[in-house]
Amino acid sequence: MHRLTFDGLQVRPGQVWGGIRLVPLVRDEPITSLRLHPSGFPGGDSYDAYAPSCCYEPHGLIAEWTADGTAVPALGTALRMPARTMRKSLRPETKLQQRTRVHFVPHQTALEAFLPLTFRVPSVAWSEWSTHAFRRGAPRQEDPQYLGYDVEGLADALRVFEIHPGQCGVLVYVADALASAVVTPHPDDYRALHPSLVEDGFGELIWRYAHLYGESPDFRPHLDESAIDTIADLRAAINAAQREWSEFHQEVMAAGLLDAEYVFTEDYRMEQFTLRRFRPHFVPGRETHVGEAITDADGRLAYLRTFRLSETQARRGRLLQTLTDHDWNLEAAAAGMDLVVPALVARIDAAGYGGLFRQDVLDRFRSLNRTNGQRR
Amino acid sequence: MELLADRAAAEDVLLFVNAAIAATGQREFHSDGDAQQWSMEFLHEYMLVNYRDLYAATLTLGVNDRNAAAIILRLLQTGRDASPAQRHVEGRLIAKALTELPTHRVYHLFTALRKARVNNRRTRAIIREWLVARPDPAFEAVKYRSAFLSAVRHAHLKIEDLPGEELDAFLFGWHSAGRFATPLFETWRRAHFDRRAVFELPYTIAEGFAAGHRITRAEFLEKIAPQLTRNERLRLQRSAAWTGALGVVADAVDLSRMPLTRLAAYVLALPVEEREQRRLELTDALRAAALRVAGLRAGTWGRVAAVLDDSYSASGSSEKRRRPLVVALAAHFLLRELASDYRPLWLSGDEDPLMARARGVTALGERLLDGLETRPDLLVVVSDGWDNAPVGMAAAVLRVWGERLDPEGKTAVAHLNPVFDAAGLQVRRLAPTTPTVGIRDAEDLPELVAFARFATGRTGIAELRAHIDSRVEHWLSEETPCTA
Repeated sequence: MHRLTFDGLQVRPGQVWGGIRLVPLVRDEPITSLRLHPSGFPGGDSYDAYAPSCCYEPHGLIAEWTADGTAVPALGTALRMPARTMRKSLRPETKLQQRTRVHFVPHQTALEAFLPLTFRVPSVAWSEWSTHAFRRGAPRQEDPQYLGYDVEGLADALRVFEIHPGQCGVLVYVADALASAVVTPHPDDYRALHPSLVEDGFGELIWRYAHLYGESPDFRPHLDESAIDTIADLRAAINAAQREWSEFHQEVMAAGLLDAEYVFTEDYRMEQFTLRRFRPHFVPGRETHVGEAITDADGRLAYLRTFRLSETQARRGRLLQTLTDHDWNLEAAAAGMDLVVPALVARIDAAGYGGLFRQDVLDRFRSLNRTNGQRR
Repeated sequence: MELLADRAAAEDVLLFVNAAIAATGQREFHSDGDAQQWSMEFLHEYMLVNYRDLYAATLTLGVNDRNAAAIILRLLQTGRDASPAQRHVEGRLIAKALTELPTHRVYHLFTALRKARVNNRRTRAIIREWLVARPDPAFEAVKYRSAFLSAVRHAHLKIEDLPGEELDAFLFGWHSAGRFATPLFETWRRAHFDRRAVFELPYTIAEGFAAGHRITRAEFLEKIAPQLTRNERLRLQRSAAWTGALGVVADAVDLSRMPLTRLAAYVLALPVEEREQRRLELTDALRAAALRVAGLRAGTWGRVAAVLDDSYSASGSSEKRRRPLVVALAAHFLLRELASDYRPLWLSGDEDPLMARARGVTALGERLLDGLETRPDLLVVVSDGWDNAPVGMAAAVLRVWGERLDPEGKTAVAHLNPVFDAAGLQVRRLAPTTPTVGIRDAEDLPELVAFARFATGRTGIAELRAHIDSRVEHWLSEETPCTA
């Protein structure tokens, strides 16, 4: 699996509010065997309506209260199932609903969480790296985080958005740049999660776009009246306009998400579902989306949530990617990026990962770079 | 050139009339209350300055109460700019409009006049004329005491001119007046110290006294029940059930005499299970109300199809709950009585109007085509005009329909829009060639559909002026002579 596909999902006309365009995705047939964890529903009483074999908790949505009273958000989406569905389990039958679970404001921790989750620590003990790097891996970066409330117009756009019958997902465009994508297995799940979209995290890029670009244009269908003589013709023209939009969307608007190749890490498997996290190959100049997906046995998307990285985050991701590809060997990595070693170290340092080097190594490269700069 | 100016003038007037029918200055689904008020204020100002006589004449065209009061306020504020002839007609229009407005609106308007420091001779005369003609000033003096008092003061009225005894003592010196001979005044006086007297007062007044006497809500509702008006009783049904005042709840409201739109609002406010249980009763009441509105016109409209909007945006706002949906439901029952052959098309595809709920998208284009397919005589669209699946499909369908499939225009299409779009300064249109009119209460639907022929933007100001003049003529001929 290298790409994301929207198999089984159909695009419906988007709704524009100011600079925000929300494009709904409708599922031909809802997936009933995987459902949102019951505590994700407001009131938590929707559980009576269905009995899924497998549940998911979206990243950050659920908090679990520990014994000392602190709340712990789910870091990364989790797959769960009631104990009785596991074969040979000796545990007594449990209910999914636990009293300790409550709703939690989602996605405060989302963006950066996805990057380090997918990278491992150095596997070869090169002498340049500090012990810190081996023990902890790349540190989390404190980038400015923007909640959906801060993205201009998003809260209003979500409020006035009219949910399609059978809608199982949405693509959020800010100034016609794809900001995030959400897919759920079932329309009820989407309805429950729709209000929480405004609490999602967004990168600086999206926040800036929302401020800079006020209005997105409507795509108005054009019917060619000269070819229409009967009501059937008119109906056909309406359908053609609908198809035209969905093709245009697939090929142009969502191309940055669907055409790119991704690195998938298979994280968790339960029944026929697999939870995967993915990251792009960080090709310069391309959109960079990271996220999580749950796919069924046929590889169809049951659940998807993506985040668009801003440029700094993408650059940082590219560095980590290159280092991982070359087993954290500085020379090889520098050669892979067509750089000399001091330049690579300067980049790593500028990206905020200077702490991964041993201090003396870092100082040496810093002074080397300084003298190089002066000589030039 | 003249033609263009003509058309622009006609468009302006129509735009204002539509807006003044639909807009109430409250929050809507897509815009907040401030934006609504600001937009309406601009339109009022624009009309007043550019088309003063037509602005006054719009009082006859069924603008809603709030805007009627706003028009009167502005006309009285700027009497200096009017010519004597204009002032003469305006005075008659205002006097007539005041008799049509609900009482509390008029007192509200008088208070607004006082706050705006409008106190010219004409204003004083109009307030005097209106107050003198009231059938029961004693009741109003109790129910609207402060507004009544300030109106009397503001208009420099001699209290003896007003009909009714003891008003002077009641308004200006009740502390020293002792007992009143007027029963209501006496009850009001006793209510200050006697709990029993509280329950003989009108509900809104008694509410204040009840708080003073520390009467519990349940007891208060039980005992005030005989004094409740029909609307108050209706409004209190559910809160009475919560507080345990079962007397009010048991005294079920007589639905048979309720106006159509209000009844539709009541029905849609009920929980779905209750609607299911009382299906027969509610349907009968709605039908009867619609039949009363249709009157002699019942069954005379021929083949009618209606596209009714029950998308999510029909849920209105916290201030106008489900208003667009209410209007659509009421229009459904009214059209059913008016037409000989009626075909309703809800956007969601639901067949059961009583269970209508606002959810889903506004895919008007395809639904319009469903309605047009059978080639009815009239297609009525009740929608807020936010066509979004996809945007502009309704306009495209109507355009192609008009140009290719029905060039003779055998099917008339009328769009009724219950929502004023603050950002666009008008009620949202579906297509340039389709007439769009604002609607507030479904009872006005027949007149609005007739008026819709002006709303295509193809009529000149002369034709429109003739229509409005005839309306004014007709309206004023019903009046009693007035000297203001």
